[in-house]
Amino acid sequence: MKILVCISHVPDTTSKINFSEGDTKFDTNGVQFVINPNDEFGLTRAMWFKEKQGATVDVVNVGGPETEPTLRKALAIGADSAIRVNTPATDGIQVAKQLAKVVQDGGYDLVIAGRESIDYNGGMVPGMLAGLIGANFINTCIGLEIEGNEATAVREIDGGKETLKASLPLVVGGQKGIVEESDLRIPNMRGIMQARKKPLNVVEPVETGTHTEAVKFEKPQPKGDIKMIDPENLDELVNLLHNEAKVI
Amino acid sequence: MSVLVYTESEEGKFKKTALEVASYAKGVADMLGTDVTAVAFNAGDTSDLGKYGVSKVLKINSDKLEKFNAEAYADAIKQAAEKEGSKIIVVSQSANAKYLAPLLAVNLEAGYASNVVNLPESTDPLQVKRTAFTNKAFNITKIATDVKIIGLSKNAFGLKENQTEISEEEFSPSLSEEDFSVNVVSVDKAANKVTIADAEIVVSGGRGLKGPENWGMLEELANTLGAATACSKPVSDMGWRPHSEHVGQTGKPVAANLYIAVGISGAIQHLAGVSASKTKVVINNDPEAPFFKAADYGIVGDAFEVVPKLTEKLKEFKANNA
Repeated sequence: MKILVCISHVPDTTSKINFSEGDTKFDTNGVQFVINPNDEFGLTRAMWFKEKQGATVDVVNVGGPETEPTLRKALAIGADSAIRVNTPATDGIQVAKQLAKVVQDGGYDLVIAGRESIDYNGGMVPGMLAGLIGANFINTCIGLEIEGNEATAVREIDGGKETLKASLPLVVGGQKGIVEESDLRIPNMRGIMQARKKPLNVVEPVETGTHTEAVKFEKPQPKGDIKMIDPENLDELVNLLHNEAKVI
Repeated sequence: MSVLVYTESEEGKFKKTALEVASYAKGVADMLGTDVTAVAFNAGDTSDLGKYGVSKVLKINSDKLEKFNAEAYADAIKQAAEKEGSKIIVVSQSANAKYLAPLLAVNLEAGYASNVVNLPESTDPLQVKRTAFTNKAFNITKIATDVKIIGLSKNAFGLKENQTEISEEEFSPSLSEEDFSVNVVSVDKAANKVTIADAEIVVSGGRGLKGPENWGMLEELANTLGAATACSKPVSDMGWRPHSEHVGQTGKPVAANLYIAVGISGAIQHLAGVSASKTKVVINNDPEAPFFKAADYGIVGDAFEVVPKLTEKLKEFKANNA
């Protein structure tokens, strides 16, 4: 089985978010980049398929050279090789079309991407990729087993979960639950040394065009002051929630 | 040319998010001088949609579509959009709508903006405001395609009554076998439990509650308010509560009217995930907890004393205001 894991290069979850160039660009100054958490859960599940079922695992990112340390980290975690499509990621369809080309060229059976990246939160690349290549698609995946050509997956739904069956080729939008937090792997020294020697292939982009454009960014209004309430006077809280906030 | 809206129902009854996307679609239609057509799968009485501005509903009744199926639903909505000549399609951001929207976008070669929070800033070009960086910022997105899909964040627009005369039309999309190549085997959904996705009020617990055995008082508070229960990341990582209750950046987003955080210090990842909630109450014994900087109302006190007392006060309030 050939698996491709899509890796977004995103600001660490603790990053302060600022913008530059008249609020039109994300300011990367002083920002630490990491593997998108939703992708890292999927990558870890892919490692299980590699170790238990003999799958090969490649990772891919659409982005400039600055994303290579993130791909190297994925290699250090255990992926066999990496592909970087040499173009900045601009919108969902552009990234999905670049990935579609990689999937078709590589003949992958299973593609695991995160359900969304934690930067733009578009939540659309996995589904668009599946649509473009005519593969089956399962989103918000919190459990995945493959037997031969058949996948059994658990999908998180509002208020519960459901179990689905689909045949390969399959695209999965993964998240926490596809493996547990405690299953995530911190690359060890051996992994990091090996990662330096693994192939990281840079491929040139295909012509795609875009459908949407992020025109401008805004930061939320600072919050007003908090009202503190004496724990001995909870009637006041009930009163404020009813009369001021009007939420009960 | 009407604005098309995908209205979700459960057991024949429209969900609140369906009425919210209908209200929003009516707002968009008014800006464009057109009206709203809804697509509804196996829905019963559609008069509720008329109340929120829908002029026409395409009713799709099919046993094959009884269970949600993203590809089949996306194909059906595509055919409805083409039949109506709709250039704008509005969907919610429920788990199901988020699942089908990118498939629909590819089907229609449409640009798709997710997590939209406002009526369009302009209609030509169409620009919408959406959340990004897990609520740490907003982003104005231009959709440049002929057909456009807007995913409306829950609770961002609210319900706006707009009594409209509504007509019904049976619609039978032609679906192929390929539309049904992903199949649901079983569904595991707690009956009669308020879900985080649908809840108006969410009561959430953190490590400050000291152990899973102490969740009873939180559940009682939640029951009193008709609220859903949720938890912080460490609590789900330690297995005190199921993953499905984990809210925050890597968990579920919360956009409730009222979010009550008990014993949660307020890590930046947690705050990002819940910041779309309108009113936040924090109960914590540590006055230095960062959550106090992000909340509307705060109580410094022992959760084990405050929560049961608050529940009693709320029960009294409910009894007096019933």
